[in-house]
Amino acid sequence: MPEPTEVIVATEPAPAPAEVPAAPPRERYFLRFTLAQRYLHGVLFTTFLVLAATGLVLRFSGSVWAIRTAAVLGGFGAILFFHKFCALALTLAFLIHLRDIVARGLFKREKGIFWGPTSMVANWKDVKDLFAHFRWFLGLGPKPQFERYAYWEKFDYWAVFWGMVVIGFSGYAMWFAPFFAHFLPGWALNAALIIHSEEGLLAILFIFAIHFVNTHLRPDSFPMDMVIFTGRESEAEFKSRRPREYQRMIAERRSAIRITDEPPKWLINFSRVVGFTAILIGLTLLVLALSAYFVG
Amino acid sequence: MKKHFSIGLAVVVPAVLFLSLPRSLRAQADCLSCHGTPGMTGSSGNSISVDADKFHSSIHGSLKCTDCHTNVKGYPHEANAAVVDCSTCHADEASGLTGSVHAKASEHPCLSCHGDPHQIVAKTNPQSTVYPLNIPKTCGTCHGNAALAKKHGLVNVYGLYMDSIHGFAVSKEGLLVAANCTSCHGSHGILSHTNPKSPTYRTNIPATCGSCHVGINEQYQAGIHGKAVAAGNPNAPVCTDCHTAHAILEPTSADFRMQSTPICGSCHKDKLSTYRDTFHSQLGLLGGYVQTARCWDCHEAHQILPASDPRSPIAQANLVTTCGRCHAGANASFVQYQPHANAHNRRLNPALYYIRLFMNLLLASVLTFFLVHTILWLVRSHWARVRNGSAHGGKHA
Repeated sequence: MPEPTEVIVATEPAPAPAEVPAAPPRERYFLRFTLAQRYLHGVLFTTFLVLAATGLVLRFSGSVWAIRTAAVLGGFGAILFFHKFCALALTLAFLIHLRDIVARGLFKREKGIFWGPTSMVANWKDVKDLFAHFRWFLGLGPKPQFERYAYWEKFDYWAVFWGMVVIGFSGYAMWFAPFFAHFLPGWALNAALIIHSEEGLLAILFIFAIHFVNTHLRPDSFPMDMVIFTGRESEAEFKSRRPREYQRMIAERRSAIRITDEPPKWLINFSRVVGFTAILIGLTLLVLALSAYFVG
Repeated sequence: MKKHFSIGLAVVVPAVLFLSLPRSLRAQADCLSCHGTPGMTGSSGNSISVDADKFHSSIHGSLKCTDCHTNVKGYPHEANAAVVDCSTCHADEASGLTGSVHAKASEHPCLSCHGDPHQIVAKTNPQSTVYPLNIPKTCGTCHGNAALAKKHGLVNVYGLYMDSIHGFAVSKEGLLVAANCTSCHGSHGILSHTNPKSPTYRTNIPATCGSCHVGINEQYQAGIHGKAVAAGNPNAPVCTDCHTAHAILEPTSADFRMQSTPICGSCHKDKLSTYRDTFHSQLGLLGGYVQTARCWDCHEAHQILPASDPRSPIAQANLVTTCGRCHAGANASFVQYQPHANAHNRRLNPALYYIRLFMNLLLASVLTFFLVHTILWLVRSHWARVRNGSAHGGKHA
């Protein structure tokens, strides 16, 4: 399956909606995420689920379900093994992503990585979109026209990015405490657990309560947005969700590069199984975390 | 003639032999001519037969029957023999028993433990019911009986003891020196643990356990708990507070390590709560990783000394060694880690307090903002769908 490379466009799109080619009998599909990006998301959520599950068991180690889970998995040793294993895998994925960004943005001088409509970096439009979105929520204005990445998607990205650095650093500080004690004062090891645990809880609550709903469970996507698994979305979906990007692409006559085939049936079924499993695990963990947090 | 001589010999020889026996055995033989019959029962159906061989080899085998059955003067005798009073000979044991918790026993107080009176053997004999290895079973006939324990308001201790390190040593290893019931409770003069004279009275317990565990007792007496008990503090812990009285576990066993921390925490509540906030506790609670630092791994178990005492493992100068037992490579900076830090206390731990506050505010503000955002979005999307009757839902959703 050939994967076109990411289309990066630095210029602002022309405002005039170019004439849309007559719709062919079969619906057209556009590539949104490359295979590498889908793999990255796959590694990210798989390791995150395990890290969350084992992390919650540690954080709420006094609760009945935590002790039961630990007993089933083989006690604390097993819990910590899975936690550390997934931490290493996630760190590796994070470093590969960083290398990719640096290579494309700094060495290949690819445009649109650090700035512009296709960048993950927030810009003035995101601020305007946020306020416009709220106005739309309250029925005070039209729905904002989103670009390739909407402001909440950028927030998801940077929340994970920041979380990865903070949780990762504090985690490794505890893992290799005597080593880190050469550069850090002793109380920093106390702080590491507080930071690790609070930031981890924030990540868990955010992903399972906010990201799940924003991206998958809200009426316009319900029950799941498959684009992160299949990488493709239909022209109608693309047009309605990210009209600015769609218009820009058409205006720049670059649609051909992104047109791709319909996702095969097996991929859709596979994605459903994986996606629903992930959502089910996530929601279970959310309930456990909230019950342990508020009930004890 | 020869025949008459033979008959005479048959009569005389046994007679001479019989008369040459000690008087006691002659008396026994008189009694045993009736009571030696197996299966002989009294008027109430109780066994009144005596196994001559076993009686002769018993510790009382050289006594006359009437030495104990004093109201039997001759034959025929009264239908009901009086209850034997052992105190005639065993005066010390009897007086101990009179003041003991068993004084009011309805059955014969001696026989409950010593068994068949005609078969009692020396307590050094492995057949004895009070041979050290047999004592738990003997006491357990009553103290392993749930109904009896309930009736007397006692804990049914036999099972607890048998599963304990002492019970294991006795029942599985046959260790004569291992503590059995009498080692701690005494035998005849057993007193309630509420009686200040009892070896199981709270403040006497260190000495009782210390009669075997001499070295541990010395450490305990030098430690803060031992000194407090000696000074008359009724709340300071004695051996049984941490180890329990009967269900004593091997202290390095996983089970004991798992259950020990809350025991210390039952008095040291603030220390337990700050310990609970640490990684040590998180590890410790989940099991399967029992090496995690518990209270006494840092504080010592028996010779517990305050950090101000230079001998204490938690004295500043000893921390690198103490922490280094688990954390290879621990240095002076590493041991500044606070195993009982309280991030809720601004005065004691200002840095941690503000870090925790910041993290909590971050968590609360992010979640609150996006919760509002998401709920508004959900409501608006739903409304839009209802109004338009259309949606842009994922085709492959």
